[in-house]
Amino acid sequence: MAGNVDYNKKVLEHFKNPRNMGELKNPDAEATVGNPSCGDVLKIMLKISPRDDSSRPDNENIISDIKFQTMGCAAAIASSSMLTELAKGKSLNEAKKITNNDVAKALGELPPIKIHCSNLAADALRKAIENFEKSNANI
Amino acid sequence: MSRGIEVGGIYLDNAATTRVDEGVVKKVSEFFTKNYGNASSQHSIGREAKEELEKARSEIAKFIGAEASEIVFTSGGTESNNLALKGLALANPEKKHIITSVIEHPCILETCKVLEKQGYKVNYVGVGKDGIVDAKDVERKIRKDTLVVSVMHVNNEIGTIQPVEEIAEICKKKGVYFHTDAVQGFTKINLDLKNIDLMSVSGHKIHAPKGVGFLYVKKGTKISAIINGGGQESGLRSGTENIPGIIGLAEVLKKKIDKKKIEKIRDRIVRGLLEIPGTKINGSRDNRIYNNIHVSFYGIEGESLMLMLDSEGICVSTGSACASTKLKESYVLKALGIEELYIHGSLRLTLDEITVEEADFVVEKIAEKVMKLREISPFKFEKGEMK
Repeated sequence: MAGNVDYNKKVLEHFKNPRNMGELKNPDAEATVGNPSCGDVLKIMLKISPRDDSSRPDNENIISDIKFQTMGCAAAIASSSMLTELAKGKSLNEAKKITNNDVAKALGELPPIKIHCSNLAADALRKAIENFEKSNANI
Repeated sequence: MSRGIEVGGIYLDNAATTRVDEGVVKKVSEFFTKNYGNASSQHSIGREAKEELEKARSEIAKFIGAEASEIVFTSGGTESNNLALKGLALANPEKKHIITSVIEHPCILETCKVLEKQGYKVNYVGVGKDGIVDAKDVERKIRKDTLVVSVMHVNNEIGTIQPVEEIAEICKKKGVYFHTDAVQGFTKINLDLKNIDLMSVSGHKIHAPKGVGFLYVKKGTKISAIINGGGQESGLRSGTENIPGIIGLAEVLKKKIDKKKIEKIRDRIVRGLLEIPGTKINGSRDNRIYNNIHVSFYGIEGESLMLMLDSEGICVSTGSACASTKLKESYVLKALGIEELYIHGSLRLTLDEITVEEADFVVEKIAEKVMKLREISPFKFEKGEMK
């Protein structure tokens, strides 16, 4: 039975032409969220490197590259794509602050029924960053 | 928003609804503007409407091998199914047990739930991996107080044909009413009504207008109305008759369908789809209505696939949770024991007349979109192995 889910143009555009889609070789961090039984599973992979900017002496780590793979509906794919755009180039601390709501807002709007189940990309990003921080805590 | 299917689209969702036949539209239109009488009126326009109504009733009765008095016109499949179960329940209050199957349409399952709340005991018989009810399972469940057994003729999702004549015969022997929801099979597969007491039919699945259908009620069946009023339809369904719809339903039965041709093209599409790695057919391949294809593609999600095909002008449907308003995956596919990853990647194609060129285009586009979605997906299906 098909539900009538109306997506806006921006969502459909990201769905049809997803940004930063695919795999990263030797990622510095990755995380997978979702559950096959819900129909949505997404994986975020990160390259993390010190910010190469002489004007900012803190030399903090930034997300220098990000890729995603998603199995899910159009909302899941579009929100993964949008998340990668929002996160790329951000410091880890800035990136951690991105919420699922930020992603939905950046897409204009998502059908209400899709907000909770298919909009998981920010969770995946936060989990990936946490994984990175944990594995580098002892260095 | 609407993309006219005549501007190059390919509509493969005929189990959802169908395009009304041009001849039917022509025939029906005069019943809106010229012969628009109320069949209950006593004047000439009313009498003429009554005459046309009864003519249509006789034609439909003849088509299914019944008597005109056994046809009760309704608003469609859902109402027919409600009337069958609730109407029997009202007229036979001493019997409190119902048997049906887990793969029935929601209008049977929800009606059963309502009756359960009224104190009825309902047995939901399961299906095998092939999506078919075992008549013996039904037989074992029959009790002294069984009111009715209701099993659909053809499943609306996977197109599997149920052994309804066999079940009807068992019910006849046991003295239990047998009802079948024949909405998906009507005009496509003949049914012998000998042991069938009630049968639901809908117009819009067979190129007649929406909002019309009928319930066949075998003579002598004890049944009450659930819609009361002016006493139309021998008191079984009050409300002014939908004469344009009824005329359209009778008219469409004159049309011949080239079933063999549709089946041949259906098989061609199935062969094409099975060449895509990680593709499975859901439900029996042989015991299936000739215009249904139901497949699953590993590692992708059906709503995405449906939307991508829609942007190519190809209209299909899916059993994925993401495409349902309740975000629940198809209970029919679940009943078959299909793994979740395959349920979410399911696609239903229900054909009408289609050319070989269109069929090949559809296969090519599905293959292309499945591959694109697999590229996006973290679940890979490579060299016959799932990763």
